[in-house]
Amino acid sequence: MHIIESGNVAAALGVKLSRAQVIAAYPITPQTPLTEKLSEFIESGEMEAQYVPVESEHSAMAVCIASSSAGARAFTATSANGLLYMHEQIQWAAGARLPIVMCVVNRGVGAPWTIWNDHQDSISQRDTGWIQYYVNDHQQIIDGVIKAFMLAEEVMIPVMLCYDGYLLSHTYMPFEVPEASAVDAFLPPYKPAYALDPENPANLNTVTMPDVRLDAKGRLAHGYMEIRYLLQEDLIRTIDVMARIDESFRKHFGRGGSPYYETYQCEDAEFIAVSLGSLSYHLRDVVDMLRADGFKVGVMSVHLYRPFPAEAIADALAGSTGIVVFEKALSYGYQGALCSDIKSALYHKGVDGSRMPFVHNYILGLGGREIRTTDLCEAFRKSCTEGAAPTDELRWLGLKI
Amino acid sequence: MKKDAIDIRWHGRGGQGAITAAKIVAKAMFQSGYEGVVMVPTFGTERRGAPVFTSLKISTEKIYDLSPIDKPDIIVVLDHVLLEEANIVDGLKEGGTIVINSPCSIDDYRFEGRKVAICDVTTLAQQAGLREGIVNSGIIGSFAKATGIIDMDLLVTAIREEFSRRRPEENAKAALLAYENTVIGG
Repeated sequence: MHIIESGNVAAALGVKLSRAQVIAAYPITPQTPLTEKLSEFIESGEMEAQYVPVESEHSAMAVCIASSSAGARAFTATSANGLLYMHEQIQWAAGARLPIVMCVVNRGVGAPWTIWNDHQDSISQRDTGWIQYYVNDHQQIIDGVIKAFMLAEEVMIPVMLCYDGYLLSHTYMPFEVPEASAVDAFLPPYKPAYALDPENPANLNTVTMPDVRLDAKGRLAHGYMEIRYLLQEDLIRTIDVMARIDESFRKHFGRGGSPYYETYQCEDAEFIAVSLGSLSYHLRDVVDMLRADGFKVGVMSVHLYRPFPAEAIADALAGSTGIVVFEKALSYGYQGALCSDIKSALYHKGVDGSRMPFVHNYILGLGGREIRTTDLCEAFRKSCTEGAAPTDELRWLGLKI
Repeated sequence: MKKDAIDIRWHGRGGQGAITAAKIVAKAMFQSGYEGVVMVPTFGTERRGAPVFTSLKISTEKIYDLSPIDKPDIIVVLDHVLLEEANIVDGLKEGGTIVINSPCSIDDYRFEGRKVAICDVTTLAQQAGLREGIVNSGIIGSFAKATGIIDMDLLVTAIREEFSRRRPEENAKAALLAYENTVIGG
């Protein structure tokens, strides 16, 4: 059934359909309506789950860690400074290999204080060992939440599903709500290989020595480095698992086919814009405008950002003349994180001396600064006509200084 | 912007229900066959009573640009005093329409090259049995009459659904009264 609702409601419906058993969250704009909706579902009996109101985001993630360790399907959501306040527990959840799903409703971080959208919050959590998946509209939010639980539980790595604050969270658009029975057929109940059991007490994630050693039963146990190596290995393996889950979802629901990234008009494109989230859809209109003027341009939305599907992305981009990365976040002191990752992915394509596309990087929309279609169009056009630049200088769009 | 898009900007005061009104129209337009429907509220740090606006974009194709509307085809104003406080008619296209909840005469308004529709929704809504100041259901009736782009039956059904627990009949009646009593000029 199609409904017209906000992005936050799409996320809440996805969590309900996934039959999450524990919700622990602390309200923060623009995430608040999502967790309010979940508490309404639980209060009215529509959803069978325990809602744990907590005094902070740090505790929200701690409750998710505890309940996930006990074998429950756990969910939380946050934004901006709330996400940063969780940071220690976020790292813990990944190291402990708990399949928690968290919606990050993207918002700029303080200081100075802002409530509006950019991507600095989730980008700053890029290196925590979580899977990060960015979506572009409400259909991808609700479908993405359901797929996120399946992915997290298959690889035992937590997932951040990231969507734009206000632009998606508070905007209304039509989307299809899957039937509960169809979701049940796609996503089986969570059955952990191990869960906390009062009858069989255990220590989890205690001090782990630098070297491997024999455990209490005389078996050789992993040291810290082995445990972390396995997290990396499983994250790399996640790239293939994501494609398989997306394919299974497509068979069940008829939607999908773009597990890593989505492209528009890229088949014959000489210049490709790359972006995360709703901005990459906005750029489709810009592509149409520039195509009308004779420019062979396209746009790529990156969905799976961690693990980074470097090979697939490099294959899709390497044949172009130029790449223009539009970003709502940056690694302060260098450049946009996505831009660095794309250049890194392309590097091995050029080691044999092949011609490499140039890469331009625009930073825009920080703290909700308006992103005007005409500005995007001019910037993309300029990159197409200028070509390779002598320096790797960062370009700012919409800056008024 | 899509070639066939209809861009409607709704202006009200914080708490007046402009977003709910736009949402009802969005649902009815979707039901009438428009696949591209997005309603993008513009959020600041508004307080109750402060001027707010929301952008409703309608198209037969999916809409990808979620930025606020700066050149609307239609402007809907839930409180006529807003016209004196802020430049809300900015960008209204030549040949566009402005719908105003106002107790004044149609002759008091003149927007060169634009169609004007007025209706005293505040008074009619009270006649329909609603509490003073509830105008977001009524204004939808004026919108329908002034623009002719959507069937009133679909709108009335959408109004009853939206207000299913808050006086659905009175809200539907307010819209119908406003539809009948909207004066068009300009």
